[in-house]
Order: sequence, then C-alpha cells, then structure tokens
Amino acid sequence: MAWGLLKYGFSRRYPARRDIPPTPDLKPSYDVVIIGGGGHGLATAYYLARDHGIRRVCVLEKGYLAGGNTARNTAVIRSNYITPESVRFYKESVELYDGLSAELGFNLLYSQRGQLTLAHSDATLRTFRQRAEVGRFCGTRIEMVDRKQIRELVPGLNLEMKRYPIQGGLWHPDGGTGRHDAVAWGYAARAAELGVEIHQRTEVIGLSVDNGRVTAVHTDRGMTQGGQVVQAVAGMSSQVAALARIRLPIRSFPLQAMVTQPLKPFLDPLVSSAGLHAYVSQTARGELVIGGGSDPYPLYATRSTLDLKESLIGHTLELFPFLAEVRLLRQWAGITDMTPDYSPILGASPLKNYWLDAGWGTWGFKATPVAGKRLAEAVATGKLPAILEPFRLERFRSFDLVNEMGATAASH
Amino acid sequence: MKILRCPLNGPRNISEFACFGEVVEMPEPAETGDDAWADHVWNDNNTAGVVREWWCHLPSSTWFIAERDTVTDKILRSYPASEVYGERRDFKAGTPPT
Repeated sequence: MAWGLLKYGFSRRYPARRDIPPTPDLKPSYDVVIIGGGGHGLATAYYLARDHGIRRVCVLEKGYLAGGNTARNTAVIRSNYITPESVRFYKESVELYDGLSAELGFNLLYSQRGQLTLAHSDATLRTFRQRAEVGRFCGTRIEMVDRKQIRELVPGLNLEMKRYPIQGGLWHPDGGTGRHDAVAWGYAARAAELGVEIHQRTEVIGLSVDNGRVTAVHTDRGMTQGGQVVQAVAGMSSQVAALARIRLPIRSFPLQAMVTQPLKPFLDPLVSSAGLHAYVSQTARGELVIGGGSDPYPLYATRSTLDLKESLIGHTLELFPFLAEVRLLRQWAGITDMTPDYSPILGASPLKNYWLDAGWGTWGFKATPVAGKRLAEAVATGKLPAILEPFRLERFRSFDLVNEMGATAASH
Repeated sequence: MKILRCPLNGPRNISEFACFGEVVEMPEPAETGDDAWADHVWNDNNTAGVVREWWCHLPSSTWFIAERDTVTDKILRSYPASEVYGERRDFKAGTPPT
C-alpha cells in the first residue's frame, strides 16, 4: 500500500484534482461583484459567464464555499406551491436540476423520487385540491391521492394516528432531493473554468454608496469596485443590505433539522405533513432527515433547543411509530430569512447597480438554479425577466404581495 | 427549557409566550406618505444584537417589553410597557398625504 501511495500519490501523471484555483489577489474592479459564495451566488456567476459572456466576475465569500445556509437546508427540491407565480418559478428550477449533474460534470446525487404531503383535515384537503389544479395548469406533475394510494406509496406510514387521522395526500412525482453542497461546488468549478474569480475568506465590511450607486465594495482583504453588485447572502440579508442603506421586509428565524442513524431503505418518497409541522426523507446512506417549522422567535443563533426537537420527534413518531428506538446522529440549524408572503426578493434594489437575491426562508436551495440563471439575465441585460416580476422588492411598496401559503413553515 | 420572566406572572417557559417584533414608533398616519407607511408596515430592522421587543404571555394575555440579544439568545430584561409608554397617545384624524 505504501508503494502504491508513492507510485500514484506523488506522480505527476496522477495530479490531485483541484475544483477551483487558490484565491487570487483582489483586482481593483470587476464587471460584476457577487457578495456571497453559496449556491445562489455561484450559480449567478456561472450563468453570467456561460450565458452572457460576462467573465470579469468575482464572488466574495466570508467563510468557505457553501458553508452557510447552502449546506444547512434539508435538500428538498419541489414545485408544488399554491400560487401560479411560484409554481412557474420553482418548476423551472426543477427542470434545470434535472440535467444539472450532466451539464456541470459534477455528481449532484439528484434523486427525483416524489414528494407526498399529508392532509389531516378537510381544510388542508381543500388547499391540496387547489395546489393540484394550479400545478396541473402550470404543467407540473401533481395529483390528489386517497388513503389506499398513500398506503401503496409509503407502506410503513401510520394512517390511523389518534388525533389527526390522515385523510388524503398530495402526490408530487417531480419532488426530490439533491446533494446541496455539491450544487455549490459544481457551479463553482465550472464558473472558475470560465474565468470567474472565487475569493473565499473575504468578508464584505462596507459598501460606499454615492448618487444612487454602489461605488466601492470594502472587504477585509482590500477594496474593489463592481459595475454591478449582487448580494446573495441568505441568513445575513438584512445586515448586508443595511451596508447599502437598504431596508428589507425580512425577519430571520432558525430552522432546526436532524439526522438519524442509517437504516435499511424503507422510504422512497419524501413525506411531509403541514399539520404536524414535520417532514421526513431517507438519504442514499439510509439516514432519515427530519425537519419542521422555523423557531418561534427571530434569532441569528444556530443553537439547538430540546423543545423543538421533542415536538418534531413526537410528530415524526406519529407518522412512523416504529422509529421510536432509533438514535439521532446529529442535528443542526440554518437561518431562514422569512418574508411576509413566504416568497423571495429577487431583482433590482433602490440603488441603480445593486441587485438582490434575498428573502430565502424555506425555499432557497430548491430555487438555486432558477434564481442564479434568471438573476444573471437581469444583471446582464438590465431587464427583469417576467418569471422574476412577482418577486421584486417593489411589491412591498405597491402592496402587491405573492402570499405563498404552499411554503414550508408558512404558518407563522 | 428557556425561561422568560413575565412582569405579571414571573418566570415561565418561553413556549408560553409569543414575540410580536421590535418596539418601533408608529408614524402619525395623517402626516405619513405612502412610501414611509409601506416601510413602516413591511420593513424590519431585523437587528443582529440587542433588540427591544413586544412579547405577550398568551395564557394571561399580558403584553410587555423584553430586551434580548438575537445573536447570543440571551434575554437581558423584561418589564411592563408602562416603563416606555407612560401616557396615552392619540393619532390625528384626517387623510394622509399621497
């Protein structure tokens, strides 16, 4: 084995693969400066370079790539929302995800295995009917299912729970999961090949604003300028926007999730219950990922609380009572930037050359490709694509909100 | 279990309370334009640090103010709203400017 290490490990014929080059020095100016090296910022950089030939782009990341909320979500990809605006938007994202591993040459472990959402009341069944009709109208795969079909889809599910018997479900074959940090790394690797500079461990500490434009971006590694500046910093959106003196309709809450020890594969689709505030999926390794609603009060700490774990586990055990003896392996929290209408804020800001990719509550990861692609289009052409029109910041001035009640945790 | 002290009921589990956001001055509606009003209705400081907030103890419907650090999750103080709002405030009648 030692001989093999010497033969291959130190041979020039077998160089170590390097996905992105080491961080270069900051140049005095770029065509586009992107603040935030998560999935969204890197996707925006990639599409700017690939689709619009804008390659003098730099991505500034205060920590390491995908170390923020990109790797803290529960990796769910779906488009079964309730408003046509959202369904069209997330549908485009699901379609982009479908071919993304091949396009990026990077295994995203994309697995389209369907999502089942459960109704425990007549009221929920009514909204499911609406979601199914809206989804079908927009061209997604979605249908109502009865208890018999639910039993076939998820044989181990307890339909007879005492207080909340399952009455029906919403079956969304387009739903699935992907490896979240791989999405960011895939975009980073291909963007870097096209000439995008990625600056890790580079924190933005100030923005100079003059005459309605951002004139300088100050970092802890020096100052730079961007013809256009994009912020994509989920979890810190209000703070970074405040550097540009922009106020946002966002309140930040932690969302706690956890993973069990690996079990034999028994759960094909993703299972979610709005009434129980819990959702469960099984990873390729066999671990169960369990997530629920956001914490009850705003906070920037990703600490763990026993209260939330207890209620989340209690609800999960109502769905799958046989998990009672299973151990948790780990838990974590991400910061969700909740907006009043459970929809993102995408597009122009009050400043002429400053663009927003913000307001990512529980819907950020699944929107990564579409947000990156369409925001890149907006930045490159100066014109907001129609698909982003409903999500502009301006809607909060004209009281023209989206009211997306199909979002996870849309229950505050 | 996290404890919040209600000025009326003493220390209680924080699950008995609801947070109603930062204490901000409501602008005078009769003198406030559309943009400033929309800013008041929707935008939020979303402070990372010490913040002064409205809280309500739900079982007793007791409203009060608490100071809390949103980065460390420490509650610093809680006190009756009368400490901040000593007297009644009436808003002017009339149509707001457009």
